[in-house]
Amino acid sequence: MSAGKRSNEPVVWFLFGVGGFFAAYFLPVHVLFYGLLFPSGLVHAPGYQQTLALVRHPLTRLYLFALLTFCFFHAAHRMRLTMSDVLNLRHLNTVLAFLCYGGAIVGTIVTVWLLATV
Amino acid sequence: MSDTIILEVARFNPESDAEPSYESFEVPLRPDWMVLDGLNHIKDQLDGSLAFRWSCRMGICGSCGMMVNGVPTLTCETLLMNYAPGPVRVGPLDHFPVVRDLVVDLDDFLAKLQKVRPWVVRKDDFKPAREFIQSPAQLESFHQFSLCINCTLCYAACPVYGLDPNFIGPAAIALAHRYNLDSRDQGIEDRLDIVSRHEGIWDCTVVGECSTVCPKHVDPSLAIQQYKLTATKEWFKSFLLPRGKH
Repeated sequence: MSAGKRSNEPVVWFLFGVGGFFAAYFLPVHVLFYGLLFPSGLVHAPGYQQTLALVRHPLTRLYLFALLTFCFFHAAHRMRLTMSDVLNLRHLNTVLAFLCYGGAIVGTIVTVWLLATV
Repeated sequence: MSDTIILEVARFNPESDAEPSYESFEVPLRPDWMVLDGLNHIKDQLDGSLAFRWSCRMGICGSCGMMVNGVPTLTCETLLMNYAPGPVRVGPLDHFPVVRDLVVDLDDFLAKLQKVRPWVVRKDDFKPAREFIQSPAQLESFHQFSLCINCTLCYAACPVYGLDPNFIGPAAIALAHRYNLDSRDQGIEDRLDIVSRHEGIWDCTVVGECSTVCPKHVDPSLAIQQYKLTATKEWFKSFLLPRGKH
């Protein structure tokens, strides 16, 4: 990201963009069902065994991997820019990038571990 | 309603003042008067030393952009009446060095504008014998971006430009995009070298204020996001084909 050469930002922006798509279209569905409709009893909640069987399906694992990891990187990018601009921490850009994208990478590793062992 | 309004105008004389201050003037409040008419009344009748830029009075030269009540505004097409009963605070455009009173130094913007090569770039000897045919759809793809009048209101509105003066900025990127989209142009690669740097499109965090304040309804924010997509595609192409010329 030094001046005078082409930026490597396309990578994080691409992850941010795809994550934005997942966060806008898919995440709200999960929040609606698992956060509101199931707990309130408005919709009959699937049982533990049923949910476990669903999560163990390869396609579900793939979907959850994509949903969670892209959302992590979306959040990381947004957090980094918000902290650097709104809190005026531009001089700490490298530290912020390390913390935010590092957090997303840790999230990705945990996701893979959970999905592989469930 | 009162038939006058108070204009609080920023004053700064670099030879005598350490920092800008505001001076109040009472000007007539007429239904057909723009903010610029109020300033001209001050200059003609009250204090001839007031410095500000203006030219066409019809929103096309882009000279009379100022901060009116904190918002970047083209003063020749904004009614004084909108701010009644006042007072109205008029200052120089944010984020630019002030030369005197309401006049700002635009050298930084002009240098950036030139850098992105905002003209039709050809790699061949382009001497068509007849007119270059461009379809309505091809024209439509860049038309809105060609309406920019270089008034720099978008630079005054952009918080990123305020934080990072190296940012190439909304108008210059929108104009680079305008020529990239033009079917006569072949300069996209040259411009990408400048615009896809960190201080180009990647500095933008999509605040969108540039598009809100634009008096010509150009959408620089859209231009920058479309440009990011182009640059990302090019980045992945050059990553997959490191030696390939694309």
